[in-house]
Amino acid sequence: MRDRPHSDGTGNRDGVRRVSTTVLLLGLVSLLTDVSSEMVASVLPLYLTAVVGLSPIAYGFLDGIYQGVSAFVRLAGGYAGDRGGQPKWVAVLGYGASALSRIAMLPAAGFAAITAVITADRLGKGLRTAPRDALIAGSSEPSMLGRSFGVHRALDTVGAALGPLVAFALLAAVPGSYDSVFVVSFAVAVVGVAVLVLFVPNLRTAGRGARVGLRRVAAEIGGRRLRRPLFAAGLLGLVTVGDGFLYLALQDRDDFAATWFPLLYVGTSLAYLGLAVPLGRLADRFGRARVLVAGHGALLVCYLLAALPAGGLTLTVAVLLCLGVYYAATDGVLPALVSRLVSAQTRGSGIAAAQTVVVLARFGSSVLFGLLWSLRGPQWSLLLFALLLAAAVPVAAWLLRGAERDEVGV
Amino acid sequence: MSERRSAERDGGPSLRVRLAVLGTVALLAVVGAGGYVWRVRHAQVSLEAAAPPVATGGALEPVRGQPHLVFRSTALGAQYGRVAVVPLSAPDGPRTFAPVSCERVHATTDRAVCLSAERGIVTTYSARLLDAGWQPIQDLPLTGVPSRTRLSADGSLVATTSFVAGDSYANPGQFSTRTVVTRAGGEVVGDIEQFKLFVDGRSVTAIDRNMWGVTFADGDRFYATAASGGRTWLVEGSLARRTVTALHEDAECPSLSPDGTRVAVKKRGDLPPGRWRLAVYDLRDGRQTLLSETRSVDDQVEWLDDDTVLYGLPRADAASATSDVWAVPADGGGQPRVLVADAWSPAVVR
Repeated sequence: MRDRPHSDGTGNRDGVRRVSTTVLLLGLVSLLTDVSSEMVASVLPLYLTAVVGLSPIAYGFLDGIYQGVSAFVRLAGGYAGDRGGQPKWVAVLGYGASALSRIAMLPAAGFAAITAVITADRLGKGLRTAPRDALIAGSSEPSMLGRSFGVHRALDTVGAALGPLVAFALLAAVPGSYDSVFVVSFAVAVVGVAVLVLFVPNLRTAGRGARVGLRRVAAEIGGRRLRRPLFAAGLLGLVTVGDGFLYLALQDRDDFAATWFPLLYVGTSLAYLGLAVPLGRLADRFGRARVLVAGHGALLVCYLLAALPAGGLTLTVAVLLCLGVYYAATDGVLPALVSRLVSAQTRGSGIAAAQTVVVLARFGSSVLFGLLWSLRGPQWSLLLFALLLAAAVPVAAWLLRGAERDEVGV
Repeated sequence: MSERRSAERDGGPSLRVRLAVLGTVALLAVVGAGGYVWRVRHAQVSLEAAAPPVATGGALEPVRGQPHLVFRSTALGAQYGRVAVVPLSAPDGPRTFAPVSCERVHATTDRAVCLSAERGIVTTYSARLLDAGWQPIQDLPLTGVPSRTRLSADGSLVATTSFVAGDSYANPGQFSTRTVVTRAGGEVVGDIEQFKLFVDGRSVTAIDRNMWGVTFADGDRFYATAASGGRTWLVEGSLARRTVTALHEDAECPSLSPDGTRVAVKKRGDLPPGRWRLAVYDLRDGRQTLLSETRSVDDQVEWLDDDTVLYGLPRADAASATSDVWAVPADGGGQPRVLVADAWSPAVVR
């Protein structure tokens, strides 16, 4: 099996330390799509409760759907990209479904309609993520995978930060017109899909005629190279508290975080934005597995700081910074690591498997953490999770040791 | 097996053609979305211009001196969102505007509580206690989107409920209510979600329990909604004991009648999520009466007197956020009628 990095034909030669144009284009697509989706996301709580009139319980139900649907479809998206050998078109389908769901918000007034629309959006997200990450991996030099994913995630985060600004500026200009938010969101998403369709090259991973079968995919995912990293990712995911809970814990302990609750998320995003590329480069130089494990060290610090009985600006910012480090060291680094542990033909499925393992593990930990919180309060639960994480990190480091030596064909 | 990583462009259209297509798509997007927003803005401006001027009354003092109704005026125009006052003897007559804007307002003879929104890049909300002259005397704790507020009859206790949500709707556990009781002029009694909740004699400690919609009975006792695991209860609480006890399932946003014998609530019954029926629950015999209003009401009702309840309903046909205050008999008979048009969040002051 041969896996020689080529230039992707867009001027990316050895020695020129730049990420490929394809990665930048995919970043632009993500940026536009995230502007679009965060526009809707930032006004949706207001819209659903104030305009549509959903009770908190109905709203909570929608929240739950949102999480579950995406994990389920991710594997299908990864496999579909590999199977047809055309991850781009699977990604187009995913981005397209999300774009269409925006415009469907217009007539969707009832609970069932809104549920359907949100489900379509999440289906789109689940579908597109793995094939898109496979495209990023496929168009990057192996030595620059961390940086490529870092650049992509940074652009993605810029979009996520811009979305709420655009939405609230719009609502200030046309008060109460949520329709306008959905229409503009749709227009931005359509431009994103157009960039993807028109400019992102259709990297074909599968050999002609030789379709990747389920058996092959299963063999690679369950195979020697990927098994231990998947275990490590799952183990770490199981001791990861959702950031929603972290923000609630911060809010619980002092008025400062409570007052600025909506900005906590922005703070984390800013830290992530600034650190995604540097930590991606660090991962390329010192090892992706190492940075991945170290990122969970930052998460450990984050728990400990959040569990302190004190509060205030400095501590809150420190928690957000650590959370940003954690995301920058894991979100793009995991697919960068995994994409080199499977063959190019099954790359989408491999990345999807890793991300699904993480999502499911985190879902489990969220349920557990919520239970503990109700029994023993946030501080006690955070300290327990800190302890579990401290125990899990060395185990994960052991599981991941030598992962990079296992890279396909290197 | 050789891997073909190099970009295969499928012999597709040239770069120039693709750039032209993208330009066209972008142009259509800008013109389409921009045009839509412009049209909405234009419609809003002309609606405001065409709106009949609201009849305004004279000075506040005389109105405040008699039984009156305090509410948020939703008549389009410059006064949109301002608090207005009308005498109970002429609810649909000229209104007098107070110098404050509130999303939600509640009032007694010499106090008012105002939940307001300062819209900006990040919309922030505040809750203030106001004196008889509508001047702020105290900032109240408030996090998140304001939802409900009530003063006790003597104005010494304030309750505020807000929806607390992060920016992301993708994380479960990020959405909940926060209901805080504060003593006028001082001490924060606390988030009543921290109170012990008893249902059928058993303590409920689930993380997802939420409380909202307080109505005060006296200096200690109050009624509210508790929710957990998809169920809601009408609860009776004690500030001193820091407990709430479930009285009745499926009842939200209670409001105690002036004679203290009944509680008006909204209930789900077998309606789909997001829809409610108004009902009155009799505290003496536990009997429940559905009111003749069949439209879905998502509001904490207010008692006009012992026989009639008031509530806000968004106007279905309007393009912008306009609503009316309706009245319906509390005994299940009669028909709903508009008491004050272009109004929201009514508070009866006698």
